[in-house]
Amino acid sequence: MRFAVVQFGGSNCDRDVAHVIADICGVDCDLVWYKDRLQRKYDAIVLPGGFSYGDYLRAGAIAARTPVMDEVVRHAQEGGLVLGICNGAQICAERGLVPGTFTMNAYPKFICRWVYIRIENAMTPFTNRFKNGEVIRIPIAHREGRYVPDQAAGGVSDNQVVFRFCSRDGAVIDEYNPNGSFQNITGVLGGHRNVLAMMPHPERASDEVLGSVDGRRIFSSMVQAIGERA
Amino acid sequence: MRFNIRITVSLKEGMLDPEARAIQGALKNLGFETTALSTSRLFHISLEALDREQAETLGLQMCERLLANPIIHRYSVEVLQ
Repeated sequence: MRFAVVQFGGSNCDRDVAHVIADICGVDCDLVWYKDRLQRKYDAIVLPGGFSYGDYLRAGAIAARTPVMDEVVRHAQEGGLVLGICNGAQICAERGLVPGTFTMNAYPKFICRWVYIRIENAMTPFTNRFKNGEVIRIPIAHREGRYVPDQAAGGVSDNQVVFRFCSRDGAVIDEYNPNGSFQNITGVLGGHRNVLAMMPHPERASDEVLGSVDGRRIFSSMVQAIGERA
Repeated sequence: MRFNIRITVSLKEGMLDPEARAIQGALKNLGFETTALSTSRLFHISLEALDREQAETLGLQMCERLLANPIIHRYSVEVLQ
């Protein structure tokens, strides 16, 4: 089993993600510079957080149109797992790998804090180690993270929603919607349910020293899903 | 032939425009009452095309493929010369 973490100019969560995959989950993981392209087959590809291309034009817009993303799309079409975190989620949305898009927060400033999210769908390769309705604690750090569905294409259906912002006890209400996302959505599935775009940072909640290990289960869910396929 | 085109990308009607709202608030603080305010992004592009029609088509393709996100944006292309 082998994961790849794609590094764009401006990625800054790449090493954190690779650390969690390799050192905490114990799975082989390559850091792949986007210009080097994907030199081998991977079981899962992670697009990490950061500010690829300085967020020019729109966050993720330029990275989404690089040649390495053609290979990521092909990997997804062949059933491989793709996890986009924060800027990686924006890249997935800009590329059309998941429905809808992530844009400027309702209050247009950068938000960096811990939030609670509710697992809306535990029957995915990214959440099989959770229970439906479970609430986890995880950080967000973004300015363009407000989820907007593609109404012209039929919006977003409940079975595509993986995470919603919520209160500590799981209430999905406006008061606990930090960026104004549509229906508090902050994680959506695309492809053949093998692509997940999420704004929160699971890699920042995967080590005891950071105060939460809830995020680790997203990576271990992927490991389990890949193991079950083999 | 060389053409100059001007592309305007704006949020679709009804889309929340947080920057515009913040700017409107700041103008109010300076004593300017406004009833509406929206923002757009302008691209000034020079390119080679066979004719005006092709210049416009190329501009539209740029919008579709990169400059706009059709989920949230509308856009227009003007061929200036």
